[in-house]
Amino acid sequence: MGEAIVITSGKGGVGKTTTTANIGTALALMDKKVCLIDTDIGLRNLDVIMGLENRIIYDIVDVINGRCKLKQALIKDKRFDYLSLLPAAQTSDKSAVTTEGMLEIIKELKTEYDYIIIDCPAGIEQGFQNAVAGADRAIVVTTPEKSSVRDADRIIGLLEKKEIEPPTLVINRIRKHMMKNGDMLDIDEIVQVLSIDLIGIVLDDDEVIKASNYGEPVAFQPNSKASIAYRNIARRILGESVPLQSLEDETGMFKKVKKFFGIRS
Amino acid sequence: MQDTKTKQYVTIKGTRDGLTLFIDDRCSFEDVCRELQEKLSINLPQKDEQEVSVTIKLGNRYLYEDQMEELEKIITNESQFIIQSLESNVILRSDALAMLEDTEIKIENRIVRSGQVLEVKGDLLLIGDVNPGGKVISTGNIYIMGSLHGIAHAGVKGDKNAIITASYMNPSQLRIADYISRAPDYESDGVYMECGLVDVEKDKIIIDRLQVLAHKRKSIRAFERRITNG
Repeated sequence: MGEAIVITSGKGGVGKTTTTANIGTALALMDKKVCLIDTDIGLRNLDVIMGLENRIIYDIVDVINGRCKLKQALIKDKRFDYLSLLPAAQTSDKSAVTTEGMLEIIKELKTEYDYIIIDCPAGIEQGFQNAVAGADRAIVVTTPEKSSVRDADRIIGLLEKKEIEPPTLVINRIRKHMMKNGDMLDIDEIVQVLSIDLIGIVLDDDEVIKASNYGEPVAFQPNSKASIAYRNIARRILGESVPLQSLEDETGMFKKVKKFFGIRS
Repeated sequence: MQDTKTKQYVTIKGTRDGLTLFIDDRCSFEDVCRELQEKLSINLPQKDEQEVSVTIKLGNRYLYEDQMEELEKIITNESQFIIQSLESNVILRSDALAMLEDTEIKIENRIVRSGQVLEVKGDLLLIGDVNPGGKVISTGNIYIMGSLHGIAHAGVKGDKNAIITASYMNPSQLRIADYISRAPDYESDGVYMECGLVDVEKDKIIIDRLQVLAHKRKSIRAFERRITNG
């Protein structure tokens, strides 16, 4: 029996879809059977980031309306057998997806997959309600900006009313130098305000954007900081305890020695 | 009414402040009205006399609203009487419970997050934070064991004596009764262990150390406040 995890944030543009793609990829890299669901009807992106856009034949609305079977709509990833994507509809109306329909899809997927990662649309309307409906746990993504933290706080409040485990937090797009100068909210401050468990921090990394544009999630790369961060989050989801990435730049002899021995941080 | 009454239903006593009417609480309301009318028609004060204030003591009698009006009508009708107060030893159970609710301390342990509103009757003791965008409202005092970043509104029904205390005070707004104060436009650090209260002389909300409460608000308990301030 699998576990359904919803990735949500409230605010748009903080990196829900990127996080979904990368956590999914990282879990698949650890030999887990993973299915990604895009619930952002009308503004689908997950397929683009995964590089699976041109393979879409059926989408989630087709499944809910009974135009096809769930298996037919699932797109198998080009790199893994274990990784599938259920794309959102691009043309349909948002109201086409119902909570009951979502619950049924997730129930069916749980029998096949270890992890079902649901990419939630921005906002707190019906789309959010649908995405959260079938989830067992939630990961809230925020960036170190006030507006984004405010929305995350709102979302956590809404999630607390649902019957799911307490949500965990990913802080995305951290810029080391700004945080050090105090121009950005720091991690402790955010965690203190939101008072939920931190499951990962992801540094702002040009590679993420580059990788997304190529349709290859950054988690495939062996050495980029963001890639390691996403893989660490996946390991924490599996229950391992992994220390947080440090924000300090290592310099000098120590780094060279580490590099020599192939130790990453 | 044929037999002579052994006891009067209505007793009138004169004091320095006016008249006091003692009304027997065991007879029917009709009897009271009848006797009152009789007595008043005899002792009706002259029009040119100055007004006489009347205190009515009802004992253990509860008056309904329409009865109250009737009684008032009888007494004030075509006379120089004005009713100063109506005193009764009894109140309705529902009123009593409402009064109790207004004076109780409600304890909540949760985080009031952005977009959430926590509203209580009486005093609020919140064990947890009020995050930015969150709001707590009470008819009495608000005590927060945690950080106050959002909005707190104490004495929402108009109690200017209400106070707001917090372990860490960095609110976006403090409101007490009709007074509103907001945080400055520049980014500011909060303060620890302080309280907000209405300063009567300055006619605005001030924030001060918790210690000043000891002499600025002698009776912090809502119940005592209610008894003393009505």
